Amino acid sequence: MAAAGAWQNQQAMAVEVPTATLVQGSTDMTLKVNGKNHKVAVEPRTTLLEVLRYQLDLTGAKPVSSDGSSGASTVMIDGKPKTASTTLALACKGKAIETVESLGGDNPDAVPLAFTEYDASQCGFCTPGFVVAVRAFVNKNPKATEAEIRQGLNGNICRCGTYSQIIEAAVSVVKGGK
Amino acid sequence: MAVFQDKKEEQGDAYSWPSRKDAKVIGKDHKRLDTLAKTTGAAKYTYDINLKNQLIARALGCPHSHCTIKAIDTKAAAKVPGVVHIHVFDHAKAGSEISWQGELLVVVAAESEGAAAEGVSKIKVDYEVLDSFTNDEDLEAAKKAGRTAKGGGKAVTEREPGDDDDEDEFVEQEIARLLKEADHVVEGYYGIDAITHCCLEPHGSTVEWKDGKLKAYLSTQNVSGTDDGFANDLGISADAVDVQCDYIGGGFGSKFAADYWGLAAAKISKATGRPVKLMLDRDQELKIAGNRPSGYLKVKLGADKNGRVTVWDSHHWGTSGSRGGGVSQAVIPYVLVPKNYRRQATQVKTNTVRSRAWRAPNHPQGCAMTQTAIDDLARKMGKDSYDVFMANLPNATNGKADVYAEEMKIGAKLMGWKEKWHPHGAQVAQRNGRLRPRRRNSIVDGLGMALHTWGGVANSSTCQLKVYPDGGVESFCGTQDLGTGTKTICAMVLAETFGLTVNDVKVNIGSSTYPASGASGGSTTVGAVCESHRRASQDALREIMALVAKKLSVGADTLVATGGKIQVKDNANKSVSWKEACTLLGMKPLEVSRSHKRGDASPLSNQGVGGVQMAHVQVDVETGVIKLNKFVAVQDQGLVINPRTCKAQIYGAVIMGIAAAFYEQRISDPKSGAFINAELENYKLARLGDVGDIVVHLYEPESERQRGVIGNGEPPAISPKAAIANAVCNALGVRVPVVPMTPKRVLDAIQTAGRA
Repeated sequence: MAAAGAWQNQQAMAVEVPTATLVQGSTDMTLKVNGKNHKVAVEPRTTLLEVLRYQLDLTGAKPVSSDGSSGASTVMIDGKPKTASTTLALACKGKAIETVESLGGDNPDAVPLAFTEYDASQCGFCTPGFVVAVRAFVNKNPKATEAEIRQGLNGNICRCGTYSQIIEAAVSVVKGGK
Repeated sequence: MAVFQDKKEEQGDAYSWPSRKDAKVIGKDHKRLDTLAKTTGAAKYTYDINLKNQLIARALGCPHSHCTIKAIDTKAAAKVPGVVHIHVFDHAKAGSEISWQGELLVVVAAESEGAAAEGVSKIKVDYEVLDSFTNDEDLEAAKKAGRTAKGGGKAVTEREPGDDDDEDEFVEQEIARLLKEADHVVEGYYGIDAITHCCLEPHGSTVEWKDGKLKAYLSTQNVSGTDDGFANDLGISADAVDVQCDYIGGGFGSKFAADYWGLAAAKISKATGRPVKLMLDRDQELKIAGNRPSGYLKVKLGADKNGRVTVWDSHHWGTSGSRGGGVSQAVIPYVLVPKNYRRQATQVKTNTVRSRAWRAPNHPQGCAMTQTAIDDLARKMGKDSYDVFMANLPNATNGKADVYAEEMKIGAKLMGWKEKWHPHGAQVAQRNGRLRPRRRNSIVDGLGMALHTWGGVANSSTCQLKVYPDGGVESFCGTQDLGTGTKTICAMVLAETFGLTVNDVKVNIGSSTYPASGASGGSTTVGAVCESHRRASQDALREIMALVAKKLSVGADTLVATGGKIQVKDNANKSVSWKEACTLLGMKPLEVSRSHKRGDASPLSNQGVGGVQMAHVQVDVETGVIKLNKFVAVQDQGLVINPRTCKAQIYGAVIMGIAAAFYEQRISDPKSGAFINAELENYKLARLGDVGDIVVHLYEPESERQRGVIGNGEPPAISPKAAIANAVCNALGVRVPVVPMTPKRVLDAIQTAGRA
């Protein structure tokens, strides 16, 4: 099934990059991550997740599943949630990538704050992916009801079982209008 | 090497917890100290440690569940650009027999993940495939394949055999007599499939060999106890190994050792002089890094007219892997044990990797295989399951019948049990050879319950505490925080003792360079760290109070530490601030190390808990899909330090239980033995939309609170499967015998009942 996931991703890429040129070996490219341009060296097989983790030391997005089914590597690409583990770096040319780190810093975003307030994390390995997924979901559905939240956030897996608290956190973000 | 300081402290009055009234920090909800770091990606897990010049390693897993390695050729792999080092495991050399799929054969270390993966793909292995066996549920097939072994057992009867009686024959006759005389007899079959730990951060490490020493960033539940594993293998002393784990992405009982792949990473680092990161991939994580034994049970039980079981006769089987194993006979029947019983076990040897401890080893299976039979007794009697469980509480072997009774009453109220209850199968009727709902739509609902027990003893632990002359407080302890909130608990205990807030103290854990603390397994950590931190802080406070008493010219026994001050009790005017008190220490910090040894009696901690859980489900009789409407968990665990994280353990355990009840199973291809669903798309876990309404109640009357701290990680993970299975049985009026209760299994049970 991992193959199916990767295959679908390649199809998606083929649509998104119709003018892709043949690239072999390592090539330099510019990736726009969290508002800054970075020069990175990628091969055709290099995933966005590998670049983030090994070249930019942005380790918030996690490698959990090879087929994206855990959602742990979720980042936003041009505002849409995508799993970096199933996105090739070359397919991100010219796109704005936002990782979970962009929601932290001195003035954290409402979603990580709500996760902290409602205890929506245990071991925390799934948490960054969930935080980005919730952020993207609330951006798209700013008035989501609890029922919609329960229906709309099923692309991520938490093994420790923090779903009840994640629901509370997401509801509070919607209520806070942030 | 884990060396626990065996220093006996004075017991009795020396150490204690404040009363509920006096406690300022413990017993109150506290936010975790590390959640913001986790939610913003700042927390560095083992997988996130990137060392300068590191190699990234990937491993080749065996594709066959049973085979002989005839030859391994790594030449092509070595030529892949970027590949730096290839390590062939001794157990994979030509002629070796491999007994489960996924066993690692070769590690390739390279400059990038891509190069390592390409290197792995170029390894050529010549296998001779052998017959495999993985069908652990099919006992007859296992016998036929010569894959069974005796698994132990026990028989107890109220009446004793005469001197001339053959013991086995006597038991046989006695069981038969008791069953014949019983008012109600139930025969049943129940099972629970093998599941995997499925840690989201896979097992692995980033290691660096430098100047004869090893630094190992290891994803582990056992920072104080894994250094000697590395050391033995590398031929160095444990002192030369530092194990660090600031954050761990899930363990659940599977991450206690360096593992052979961790040792391989260390050897490659030694050979290449470069740091090495070797993390398993998802497929390998599911296949080899931890699973829970399966269990299947046939039982005949007899009960009196009130529904109290008087005799139990069961045989169960299952597997822990290639050596057999299975569920311990000691948990059969689970908690509720009649005066007469016979339990027998058979081990099934399968071509699967050996199991590892899984949250409450043996208990979830024992509960799922036997408390379902209690519910079937209620079904057969046409009685309310609640009443039948209540009637069986006198059979509780852990002396907790009264606690269970109270917890059942609370649970029933929270669930609305009385209002929701209907007799088993009351919403279905048999029509045209099939069970059909009496309602207009295809949805029926049902209630079920189960109860559990666990030890939760405090593990050994040492806390080194430093109080600085500027008022700073810092502790060092070689424990780890699995996501249970251990670090926060340590800070709360120190803050409580010194009359400070959690932000005033600094807790250092997660390194083998700190004083040893036991592995985090078996719900032993909260007790362990509370013991060591409370002891160290109370003794440190005594020393500081002696200085303050002198300054204020009062007796030290009149002083209390509260609100950032040390003051005469009930007289805030006679006080010094905490900072001022610490200046009395002079130039040097006060250092106190205190230990607790596992098993030593203590006023601070205890062991032995109960817990009751109830489930309300709805089942679609057309599709076989089950949904959880509501779940109630009532749990005792002695004194609760942080209700917030305590409850989080219970929520999480229940959600794990929902996954195991509905979805989780290791599926093996019957012919090849291949583990065919070793990716998260097909190894199904509960997701956010599956959890329904979960209600958690901490049962903490004074009688429980005074017992001291007891771990609660395991106990709430035990009952969910049985409670949910019983609720499904109540809804359908027929038993879905094996969990997970997949739609197919639900429909099969409905069809079988329809034909009956």
